[in-house]
Amino acid sequence: MARIATATAVLLGLLCARPAGHLSAQSLRVPYQTFTLPNGLQVIVHEDHSVPVVAVNTWYHVGSSDEKPGRTGFAHLFEHIMFMGSQHVPTGEFDRLLEAAGGDNNGSTTEDRTNYYEDGPANALPLMLYLDADRMGFLLPQMTADKVDLQRGVVQNERRQSYENRPYGLAEENILQRLYPANHPYHWPVIGSMADLQAATLEDVRHFFQTYYTPNNATLAIAGDITARDARQLVQRYFGDIPRGPAATRTPPPPVQVAGVVRAVLEDRVQLPRVYDAWHTVKAFSPDDATLDVLANVLAGGRSSRLYRRLVYDLQIATDVVAFQDGSRIDGKFEVYATARPGHDLGELQRVIDEELQKLTDQGPTPREVERAQNTFEAQFLSRMERVGGFGGKADQLNFYNYFVGTPDYFQKDLERYARVTPAAVQRAARTYLSPGHRVVLSVVPQGKPELAVKEGATP
Amino acid sequence: MTARLAACALMLTASPAFGLSAQVDRDKPPALPPPPTLRLPAVQTTMLPNGLTLAVVEMHKVPVVDVQLLVDAGAARDPSNAPGLATFTATMLQQGAGARSALDVADEAAFLGAQLGTTASFDGANASIHVPKRRLEAALDLLADVVLRPAFADSEIARQRELRAAQLVQQRDEPVAVANVAFPAIVYGREHPYGHPLNGTDSAVARLTRQGVAEFYRTYYRPNGARLLIVGDVTLAEARRLVAARFGGWERGDVPAFPSPPAPPPAPARSVYLIDKPGAAQSVVRIGHAGPARTTPDWFALEVLNTILGGAFTSRLNQNLRETHGYTYGAFSQFAPRRLSGAFVALASVVTAKTDSSLIEFLKELRRIRDETVAPPELAKAKAYLTLGLPGDFETTGGAAARFRELFSFGLPLDYYDRYVDRITAVTAADVQRVARQYIDPDHFDIVVVGDKSQIEAGITALNEGPILYRDLWGQEIR
Repeated sequence: MARIATATAVLLGLLCARPAGHLSAQSLRVPYQTFTLPNGLQVIVHEDHSVPVVAVNTWYHVGSSDEKPGRTGFAHLFEHIMFMGSQHVPTGEFDRLLEAAGGDNNGSTTEDRTNYYEDGPANALPLMLYLDADRMGFLLPQMTADKVDLQRGVVQNERRQSYENRPYGLAEENILQRLYPANHPYHWPVIGSMADLQAATLEDVRHFFQTYYTPNNATLAIAGDITARDARQLVQRYFGDIPRGPAATRTPPPPVQVAGVVRAVLEDRVQLPRVYDAWHTVKAFSPDDATLDVLANVLAGGRSSRLYRRLVYDLQIATDVVAFQDGSRIDGKFEVYATARPGHDLGELQRVIDEELQKLTDQGPTPREVERAQNTFEAQFLSRMERVGGFGGKADQLNFYNYFVGTPDYFQKDLERYARVTPAAVQRAARTYLSPGHRVVLSVVPQGKPELAVKEGATP
Repeated sequence: MTARLAACALMLTASPAFGLSAQVDRDKPPALPPPPTLRLPAVQTTMLPNGLTLAVVEMHKVPVVDVQLLVDAGAARDPSNAPGLATFTATMLQQGAGARSALDVADEAAFLGAQLGTTASFDGANASIHVPKRRLEAALDLLADVVLRPAFADSEIARQRELRAAQLVQQRDEPVAVANVAFPAIVYGREHPYGHPLNGTDSAVARLTRQGVAEFYRTYYRPNGARLLIVGDVTLAEARRLVAARFGGWERGDVPAFPSPPAPPPAPARSVYLIDKPGAAQSVVRIGHAGPARTTPDWFALEVLNTILGGAFTSRLNQNLRETHGYTYGAFSQFAPRRLSGAFVALASVVTAKTDSSLIEFLKELRRIRDETVAPPELAKAKAYLTLGLPGDFETTGGAAARFRELFSFGLPLDYYDRYVDRITAVTAADVQRVARQYIDPDHFDIVVVGDKSQIEAGITALNEGPILYRDLWGQEIR
């Protein structure tokens, strides 16, 4: 039978001692119990009785990086198909039953995982688990080519709405193509290509489901105004007889590096050109991952950041500037992008970006800049503790930490990563990762105006 | 450990009692225990001598505080020759205040881990700050500087004017933004307080001056009529002390009455307004007309109506256009909550090749909701979705602040949510049909489509649902 991890029982005691759960910034704590069913489904339960709601959050350990050539976008298409009904839940009833109980739901797909949540009043927990179990255990008997076709159309419209019909929307896939070689699983975007979405078949759905949508490849987090005992019994009832599947295997990706400066120009239906710089960095939770988050904040986190001040405030040659570290499961990237004002070209922007990167590399940030970034991150951590459900709520975070570091309640440890960052570490990270000589430089320019792009020789 | 667990279970008797048989019956969904009793955080109010209303909602789970200062300085107040002045003034509050420069304001907010915002909608302005509790005092110092002592330096006015001019260029590349500007321009017309673009026009932005901003500020940023809402890890006494010390010296003024709308022009017959976006992969569709104010007694019936029609995932519009036909990633509808007439709008971004087919389905659903009585299960689902989902809206400080802000913005009673469930539950199928017929009028729809004219014009013409009129990116007639 299932077992309860001993360390967590101590934390449950803490919860009982302080049911109101007043937490201090110095100790973010999300007490939980975890157990694993004989079929391999791992369950994480967190009690929070402050509001009579419950959140059910399922992570399947499959994402776009598990896709096969010619089927890009399939993991996300599959996420949509998971809402099309299962053996005991006719098409459309998943959403209807949940709304009739006052609940909401959603799903999302990244390179690394697919997640699903249901949020609602606490009494709806049995319904949420019933619905989730039915599609985990009984999706295929009612699956048809028509259902696949329908969600193919919806997803193709999602691609149109969020990428093709949005200014600069195709930049990201152009960067990924150049940052990762064709045989690397991060070479293509999660949304996939129109042609590959068109090619997906009912047989692909069957195979993908049997390979990845197994209890042993999933983790279920339940958080809210419920008891761990009830949650455990309900999970056993609805998920206990779903058979274990084959162990999912993943092939390690080839090593990656950008040889020199890779320049590209993309013409788009925009009036103002935008330049993107992208570098390889480190994967999530690597020693330098949080340091790079702080570096991104120093560069472009808000209007007091270095690049905003130079590009937007002082020189007034850009309308906006953004920088971020994106640490994923098998690799990470760092991006900076800025949009030119009318009358300015991307070479001007790139020169200033390079000057500021050079300054950070030579002198590092000030202690205050690092402290400011740390304070900003700390505040974000606190605000994430307010909500049990949705994307980024406590249930989703428990699954996130469990998947990436193997410890569901990693909130405080994660925050401490940021607290440890020093100006010297930021300087070293800038020098190590943001080399001007090894990056992708993508210019997105108005149609017919390639002369606004960053030119050869403009970057070192 | 066993004893602790047992004690724990005893303390949690408020949790739902699930029938816990080991048997699993998958043939029908489980019967649920009764929903939890509604427990909403209470709002406490007090008034400072200068007329500033302070409202406090105590939420002590997480040491964060959400502060929202609502000022009667919305874009409905924009002078007719200065569209965009209200939003520009709100932006300018942060560009230097008290002894702080523009960059100091941004630096201090970030250093406090605070999210500082100053914005304006048509109905009002909002200065907000969300911050960890232990930095609340410094955050209120910053907020008070921004609201009470903005510098409006000429150099900063010029800087923000240039930035906004560039942002207006960017806005024209974004089809959804274009639709969101054009639709109200067409629905309300230039004379209505809601009929101009929130962020102004190219020519109006070029004319923005320090004098205009300072005068707008002096007239409308006054404590009397303003509401300061504080939600989170504070008590009323503590909040009152902190606020009185910082906002007690804010001087009263005579704030002009909120503008009243001009007499409505004769409603034009249903027309299609086409805004050309060559090469667009989708057509952005907006269908609707002017509607009721937020304060209408029919609002509860309208919420139920809209939930059935287009307010949720399983609503008719989304089920039809997305889940049955696959024309779109999502189709929805809304009655905009406004002090004056809020627009009714049905909306989606649809694949270019199915623009005409999508309009057929939109109009079919918008007529059906008037012509047919809603069946009991569909009505029950909508009412349950609204009432049972209510507690979740009050889970976070930001969520609770948004809900209470709505009461203050529209002058609704502070016990509104205590009566909400009863009012929604009382709505009948006949009520839904009555408000559908009263507030959705297909004969007078303005149908706005932002898309590739060369691909969609013939199909729309063939629908024969009204004349096609051509508009520019601002929703204005093309000359």
